[in-house]
Amino acid sequence: MKWLLVLVIATGNTLGDVLNSKGMKRHGEVTEFGPKGIRRLLAKLARNGYVLGGIAAMAVSFFALLMLLSIAPLSFAIPATAAGYLLETALAKFILREHVGWRRWAGASLVAFGVSLLAFH
Amino acid sequence: MRDSRRLRIKTLFFALIAVCTNVFGNYFLSLGVREPHSSYLDVFSSPWMFAGILLLAIWLVSQLSLLSWADLSYVLPVTASSYVLTALVGALLCNEYVSTVHWVGIVLIFTGVIVVGQTSPQTVPVHSEADE
Repeated sequence: MKWLLVLVIATGNTLGDVLNSKGMKRHGEVTEFGPKGIRRLLAKLARNGYVLGGIAAMAVSFFALLMLLSIAPLSFAIPATAAGYLLETALAKFILREHVGWRRWAGASLVAFGVSLLAFH
Repeated sequence: MRDSRRLRIKTLFFALIAVCTNVFGNYFLSLGVREPHSSYLDVFSSPWMFAGILLLAIWLVSQLSLLSWADLSYVLPVTASSYVLTALVGALLCNEYVSTVHWVGIVLIFTGVIVVGQTSPQTVPVHSEADE
């Protein structure tokens, strides 16, 4: 059960980030941040299938995390979170076609390694 | 050249908002959940819960806005600085004990944030919503 929840959390997070990124690139650069601009943004995002899917995936991941926290310590989910940084960098390169140079890989690896150390007490 | 500088400053500004609202939003939620409550619905009457939910709503808008112009492979490592802020808030404001291994992890994360922060936030062409 614990491992299943970790899998759901990691998949939900990864899918959420990739879908949100894809949906927001399709929407275009947000340039207005006044109350009117944000209302218009939210109205448009309510019809953006990628972003709706992304937020749904993040919500599933969030509730799975709450369930996991009731049966295991937080540190149990950390290694999967850490691996997510590298997995999502790879997906950004291959699915979102971003130019991921050595600096991005090095930075993502440092973050992933740093986060995995948080699992130790 | 001025455009890329403007883009970097805008991206770092929104990343800062996303990180702060995420860390304090989660912190306020945890305070709200820990307060004694008579029922599940009672949780939502707590001012901490309200503040937490408000901050997380701002987080969602700023995170989505960031992704509307910046690469995911840039935003993700840079916003990992939330771990650094969480540790600092825990150690300085809540007097929580942070072990040496955790400090090493925090320093590695911070270094990763700086390294990715050196790259250009945008490597794929993005249109502006104002173009439509």
